[in-house]
Amino acid sequence: MKQGIYKIVENYPLTDSVYRMRLEGDVACITAPGQFINIKIEGMFLRRPISVFDRDEHSVTIIYKVVGKGTEAMKDMAVGTELDVLVGLGNGYDTSVSGDKPLLIGGGVGVPPLYMLAKKLISEGKSVRVILGFNTEKEVFCEKDFKDLGAEVAVTTVDGSYGVKGFVTNAMDVPYTHFYTCGPEPMLKAVYKASTTSGQMSFEERMGCGFGACMGCSCKTLTGYKRICKEGPVMRKEEILWED
Amino acid sequence: MGRLSVDLCGITLDNPVIPASGTFGFGYEFAELYDINVLGTFSFKGTTRDSRFGNPTPRIAECPMGMINAVGLQNPGVDKVISEELPKLKKCFHKKVMANVSGFSVEDYAYTCERLDKEEQVGWLEVNVSCPNVHGGGMSFGTDPAAAAEVTKAVRAVTTKPIIIKLSPNVTDVVSIAKACEDAGADGISLINTLLGMRIDLRTRRPVIANKMGGFSGPAIFPVAVRMVYQVANAVKIPVVGMGGVSTAEDVIEMMLAGATAVEVGAANLTDPFVCKDIINDLPRVMDKYGINDLKSIIGGVR
Repeated sequence: MKQGIYKIVENYPLTDSVYRMRLEGDVACITAPGQFINIKIEGMFLRRPISVFDRDEHSVTIIYKVVGKGTEAMKDMAVGTELDVLVGLGNGYDTSVSGDKPLLIGGGVGVPPLYMLAKKLISEGKSVRVILGFNTEKEVFCEKDFKDLGAEVAVTTVDGSYGVKGFVTNAMDVPYTHFYTCGPEPMLKAVYKASTTSGQMSFEERMGCGFGACMGCSCKTLTGYKRICKEGPVMRKEEILWED
Repeated sequence: MGRLSVDLCGITLDNPVIPASGTFGFGYEFAELYDINVLGTFSFKGTTRDSRFGNPTPRIAECPMGMINAVGLQNPGVDKVISEELPKLKKCFHKKVMANVSGFSVEDYAYTCERLDKEEQVGWLEVNVSCPNVHGGGMSFGTDPAAAAEVTKAVRAVTTKPIIIKLSPNVTDVVSIAKACEDAGADGISLINTLLGMRIDLRTRRPVIANKMGGFSGPAIFPVAVRMVYQVANAVKIPVVGMGGVSTAEDVIEMMLAGATAVEVGAANLTDPFVCKDIINDLPRVMDKYGINDLKSIIGGVR
């Protein structure tokens, strides 16, 4: 983890409520896809944890949905604004166990962390298939980004206005060696049930600190208590304990 | 002794800055970020007799200038704290640590303190009779002078280390409770623990926190904390450790003027992991600004 000042170099909408922001600064400690950053916003006490979409040598890109006061403030931030950010948080996805045909399944704002993952898997010579799930056509984002990487992409919409009608699980009937997923908890549960291989799932929880100090985001797993922010957000399918 | 140093119950602190329990784990996570030996000491994660997961999530809610937590004393239990956490801490922290203890019965407190009494690195026992997030324990001992005194006596009987009783602000007369603890053999008082608070989500029309209520902390509670530290420090002869919303070197000085011998920093660690180090580095500058040569000289400066 590193705390630093990061400058906004891009901040623009992808849909009515989803925005893409690129921040320039030291990103050396972002070491795995699926990690997150934690952004301090003027006037708010707690930082905002947002997953990493991509990084290059000097910048990190995030994609965030406007859901409350913090993200509302973020969407209006001008290019050039400097932000206090904690980077390189969480464990991230492990690509060493993917096999040669990994399946990536994202729902809504669970899609972004899969991008850097797809990029890494493809660079390792794996054949990547991606399922992106949304409610409706006008909420779809990032389809082209994944296609440009060379991934095979299927989009599902709940209302059938674009791609396959239904949920992400309606597009899972394909051969794969390991799955990776991120999205709302009902979707994670459905993917867990529908999956036929080992896999890794990224979870979300309200956080206090985001770096393991406060125990605000703890969860029970089959291998003990874990902090979503520190031992997570990515958990192995085999260790997940659904509580309800 | 340097110009920042203070004496807390017979142990010299290089400076009065102490990360508060529950915001600093067992120290080693922060040791990855900076050399935690710059701290006066720190109060480790609230420890109970048995292992606890704590409350269901969500456990955290944001507030203007603060936050509510309802973690519920998640900890591995005193045996594992001694066998696993303290050895890890010893590698990165070479000073005495403050052991924070909670319980659900007088016997629990005594049992846990007796175990920790044998640990060389434990300098003080901070006995938390003020956790708002557990039922049938914690705060119930700290809201009644007789119960607080009973816990103090039971702990006094099992340790020769300094005992600091951590008090709740959720009471009508904090002074009577502090005095009862002093009379029962406490070596110090720390306050304030969090204020009981609640937030409601307008969309779901349900409490944000799964446990409904939780402990409110952060800069918003600082004035309440200064007032209570002032009241207690003027009523007891034992040292007072002040906390509640402290996040700057100025806040530390204000707390000490109110009567605090040392100052704990809580919620600020969670939003700015380097805050304690920054406060310590900033103290000499702020002292110069206000004409303070020696920090010890200002303790209880306001009457």
